[in-house]
Amino acid sequence: MWRVGKVVALRDETSSARTIAFKVPDWPGHLAGQHVDMRLTAPDGYSAVRSYSIASAPDPESRVEITVERLPDGEVSPYLTQELAVDDQLELRGPIGGWFVWRTQQTEHVQLIAGGSGIVPLMAMIRSRASAGSTAPFRLLYSVREPGAVLYRDELQAISDCDHSVNLTYAYTRAAPKDWPRPPGRIDAALIATKTWPSYLVPTCYVCGPTPFVESAASLLSESGHSSERIRTERFGPTGDQR
Amino acid sequence: MDIVTRGFSGRRIAANIKLPSGQYLTTNFPVLSAGPTPKVPLDQWELAIDEGNRVLRRWDWKAFRDLPAEAIRVDLHCVTRWSKLGTTWQGVSLDTLFRDLKTNASYAMVHSYSDYTTNLPLKDLMEKQAWIAFRFDGRDLAAEHGGPARLLVPHLYLWKSAKWVRGITLMQQDKPGFWEALGYHNYGDPWREQRYQGD
Repeated sequence: MWRVGKVVALRDETSSARTIAFKVPDWPGHLAGQHVDMRLTAPDGYSAVRSYSIASAPDPESRVEITVERLPDGEVSPYLTQELAVDDQLELRGPIGGWFVWRTQQTEHVQLIAGGSGIVPLMAMIRSRASAGSTAPFRLLYSVREPGAVLYRDELQAISDCDHSVNLTYAYTRAAPKDWPRPPGRIDAALIATKTWPSYLVPTCYVCGPTPFVESAASLLSESGHSSERIRTERFGPTGDQR
Repeated sequence: MDIVTRGFSGRRIAANIKLPSGQYLTTNFPVLSAGPTPKVPLDQWELAIDEGNRVLRRWDWKAFRDLPAEAIRVDLHCVTRWSKLGTTWQGVSLDTLFRDLKTNASYAMVHSYSDYTTNLPLKDLMEKQAWIAFRFDGRDLAAEHGGPARLLVPHLYLWKSAKWVRGITLMQQDKPGFWEALGYHNYGDPWREQRYQGD
């Protein structure tokens, strides 16, 4: 069933990523980690549908947020990040997906590993945890190109400042801030060993990002002793316009 | 009740290309899997057809590769909305694996080395509709795409084409597999847009 969503707020997160907030009457609610199908229709009836991870925690006011990274050759993401304005309407269907989800009843340790815009569904988990008052111990390892590409930086900082059971580690792959302890580079076994929950705590691990990132991070987790059924993954790209 | 999205024009594809409704064309080969990619050494690989507690047929890698294989050229449609046309594979037809096998089962549950499962009517695996594929685009199938070998059932959405396939269980009664139990459609015909339960 398709529902009409009306844009109620827009927020630029970085020079290429924008958060879009929709009001969706009769939205049935969602779980952190789920996604939504969005249909855009041109005046002649041509339509394009894409799937986007939901960024926001479940909300009683039927508000749904997504964060879209602009891909220069994309069909939909340039429109969503540059053209779409408050009060515009498009259609949404969902929520979709019942595997890559975190439920507020979960009390076990949680390890989140994000690559680039793979942070989006993990942010929904962090927000959902906060809004539900959960005390589940969370760690986030966030691999990102450079400081300017970090999504939700201030909010992540604020959450981890006031709640010490949310722990935050950035891993920069191309350019790190001055005096950063670790030279720019991909996530490796040393980082997994020192900055993520050890396997004896049996955390649920959620890994989201581009395919090569997820392949590598999930392998590192397996090699450090996490069993494969504790590792949930969501991969995207390279299709030009996935999320 | 299509509503027009102000200012959206979109990008049309050539009129002679026909895609199932709601799909878009890609030339890449995206990867979607629910967990880590299993690494299956060929000397430990095996494929079995069973009836639950009774193994009917079993192949190790060598026996499997000694079976007659065919070149396959098919279009792929993923429920996440990308389609990829004219992909080339090499694989063993399920007609070959099931030749002269007597069963009164009507359904199949396909199992992977990752513990992934997916269910199909047995007849959808027969009559040149399904293969166990081990080469893609002229090369050995990469692990992230399901290597050493995956099921290929291109007339259904791609989640039915289980990666890292290790067995097929024949069933009298249908049962949902992994995604089928998580809200996806039980059958998954892209031309009828059977994406989710209730479609």
